[in-house]
Amino acid sequence: MRVAPPPDKDLISVTSRQFTLLCLLPLAIFTLAFLALPLVRLFLGSGAGETGWGIYLTILRTPRYLSTLAQTVGVSLAVTVAALAISTTAALFLVRNRFPGRDTLLAVLTLPLAFPGVVVGFMIILLGGRQGLVNQLLPGHVVFAYSIFGLFLGYLYFSIPRVLLTVMAAAEKIDPALEEAARSLGAPPHRIVIDVLLPALGPAMIAAGAIAFATAMGAFGTAFTLATDIDVLPMVIYTEFTLSANFAMASALSILLGLVTWGILLIGRSLSGGTVAAGG
Amino acid sequence: MTLTLRSIAKTFAGGTRALLPTDLQIEQGEIVSLLGPSGCGKTTLLRIIAGLETPDPGATVRFDGEDVTALPVEKRQVGMVFQSYALFPNMSVRKNIGYGLKMQNLPKAEIAARVEEVIALCRLEPYADRPVTALSGGQRQRVALARAVAPRPRLLLLDEPLSALDAALRGQLRDELALLLRSFGITAIFVTHDQDEAMAIADRVAVMSHGRVVQIGTPEALYRNPATAFVARFVGAAMPLGGRIEDDRLHLPGGALPLASATVGHQAFVRAEDVRLDPDGALAARVETVTFLGTHYRVALSGATEQPLFALHSGLSAPAPGDSVRLSIAPGAILTLPTEDRIA
Amino acid sequence: MLKSPAKLLQLLVTLLACAFLFVPTVQSVLAGVTANYFRGLSSGLTLKWIGEVWTLYSASIFLSIWIALACLVVTLIIGVPAAYALARNPGRLSRVLEEFISLPLAVPGLALALALLQLYGGYTEFRTSWAFILVGHVLYTLPFMLRAVLAVLAAIDLKTLEEGAASLGAGPARRFVDVVVPNALPGILAGALTVVTLSIGEFNLTWMLQTPFTKTLPVGLADSYASMRLEIASAYTLVFFVMIVPLLVAMQWATARAQRILQ
Repeated sequence: MRVAPPPDKDLISVTSRQFTLLCLLPLAIFTLAFLALPLVRLFLGSGAGETGWGIYLTILRTPRYLSTLAQTVGVSLAVTVAALAISTTAALFLVRNRFPGRDTLLAVLTLPLAFPGVVVGFMIILLGGRQGLVNQLLPGHVVFAYSIFGLFLGYLYFSIPRVLLTVMAAAEKIDPALEEAARSLGAPPHRIVIDVLLPALGPAMIAAGAIAFATAMGAFGTAFTLATDIDVLPMVIYTEFTLSANFAMASALSILLGLVTWGILLIGRSLSGGTVAAGG
Repeated sequence: MTLTLRSIAKTFAGGTRALLPTDLQIEQGEIVSLLGPSGCGKTTLLRIIAGLETPDPGATVRFDGEDVTALPVEKRQVGMVFQSYALFPNMSVRKNIGYGLKMQNLPKAEIAARVEEVIALCRLEPYADRPVTALSGGQRQRVALARAVAPRPRLLLLDEPLSALDAALRGQLRDELALLLRSFGITAIFVTHDQDEAMAIADRVAVMSHGRVVQIGTPEALYRNPATAFVARFVGAAMPLGGRIEDDRLHLPGGALPLASATVGHQAFVRAEDVRLDPDGALAARVETVTFLGTHYRVALSGATEQPLFALHSGLSAPAPGDSVRLSIAPGAILTLPTEDRIA
Repeated sequence: MLKSPAKLLQLLVTLLACAFLFVPTVQSVLAGVTANYFRGLSSGLTLKWIGEVWTLYSASIFLSIWIALACLVVTLIIGVPAAYALARNPGRLSRVLEEFISLPLAVPGLALALALLQLYGGYTEFRTSWAFILVGHVLYTLPFMLRAVLAVLAAIDLKTLEEGAASLGAGPARRFVDVVVPNALPGILAGALTVVTLSIGEFNLTWMLQTPFTKTLPVGLADSYASMRLEIASAYTLVFFVMIVPLLVAMQWATARAQRILQ
């Protein structure tokens, strides 16, 4: 058998190792220039104010910041609980029942996935604003869009589709035989939910809850559109930066907020064992 | 192509010694099998020959005298058939087979002609334009083989080429592969854990155990003159007789047998086909089970040796379970081998 | 189907959630084509508001499309090779790197925007160009591209396929082009649609990074919500829906398809 001639020399002769490094190069440059260095700058900037690094103590000593933090955490917790309750109920219903119109319902429930926070804010204005639906339908002057309730609804609007999809994916993986086994052993429906379904959905619910909470903590677009005078952390950061030109305080609060949301997602992920991403 | 391996060893990160220093010479046109149980280092050796794994320092791999040790796989011009075939799912059968030729920057017409030739050789005409994902296991195996030989490699390497197939197909393709490899006339090395496969395909078999080549030889040589107990057991399933060797006799629970030569400290082995049911035999035994296998009976016997012994018995009738029988084993059929596997 | 009160309750919750999400969407669509929203549909349907949106905001719409496409190109160039490198070298270092790149998913856009502004805000030329917004969008969308491609690469037997190509004489770059990219295509497609969808809708970062010369679609939306009459805001939202909903559908289709391949 004839032996082939040796192949032409590669134009750029590189080893696999060099090629791998080459593949990482664009990422390394971009990440260094636009993620690592800016974050370092943000951190240094937070200590460059009049109080220096004491700024973090100032945050803890200023009642306005503390109440803002409490308010932000409160709304985010409420949104997380409500989104989990609503979305898990809907997810279980949609996974376990096939009926005409089911796909339409699912499409409606996942449609807002692509809505940015600003648009969600507008949706809440359409519902509860001065020209809103509720104000038109109900007698009296019912305007809630610009209150903390409006903010809560906005974040809820944002979170329902995300939590729904995560929980549905987990619910679809539950072996129906588990439930049948529980039923064959005489378990009543509510025990099946407590003993079989919720434990199986647990990791997904933790993951989805962490996303909902972190997203609500950091959400800016919705609060911005609703133009509330409610102090939530992102709005305070925004006003510190643009109105008060207090760059150090804006940076310090940003770092604080970033650490909290990142930490929540990290905890959520370690508890659920999956990868989650906030987005939005 | 002649392949020369000198002190090929491989220590993995973490200190596992997958391969102890190994020398091996394979001649032009030879088909050699690396045979051994899983974890014996046979695949590591094959991957070092291919250039997919780097051996420990001090090793040399020579193709026709040329030192290729430092060359990556893509520069070695070897053809490789992977255990999982590694066919490119994004390409048709024809594109897969032509890929290596394309890498040589050959003219299109030449590539097309060679691809057709190999497709015909491997009887793949009906599938040539299908996506490889639409093929059966046996067809994929042939495409993998065709793809590996199409660029006329210097050396063909096959890693457990039949193990992904089901048993019935494996037997059929084994003979087909033996014929195809001979028709290519190419130097080939293939790794297998199946002794039947190695015997059926290879000119020479290298039996490997615990990271070293224990014995290399023709299938007949390995079968008739295994160098170690391991080889005797692994090739042709020799049974240990146990007992005690004294001078030129082997003392067993069922009687004593004469040996061809006295070698104290060795273990005695025998193969089932050499155990005869013989009314004049020196060993007394009891029949435990009888299995009819068409051409012969397989008889399990107790009492003659410490562990159950099997005999292959041909004839129109067989003894029944519970019968007392006598056995004979020719002195020349008893293999006396070193107990220590480390002596290669 | 509705045998038990529990089922009925579940259905009720599902329908209420649907109504909560869908009613304002419909309102917005209707308001965008109603002559006078306060008087209701009886005032007649009109395309006037959409026309006004076009004269007021078409530049921001085109800028958004342009940035989304540029963002796609950049995330492809950075993300696909990087995903390959990470998939080929799974280890602690790769995981740490992936985690770091994914920070923009966890850290609010506002914080990232402040970080970018403080470091690069002084470079006026860069600060006022659309490239500044592009950087923010790439920062935010890159993890999605990376993960979509990584997921597919992790599911196929990449190492053996590459060894197969290498044994046939293909060097690293050839293997990347001939074997890696074609087999990663479902993931690349899912990632690409996600990147475009997210880029077109991105607000949190963009609002901080934008200048009067670099207003994107969502920035324009915020502007219209704050300063325009409800009909124009609604019409603009309607235009946004028309752009984003097909993208969302395509994205979900591509993601489901990539996941089927993974199984």
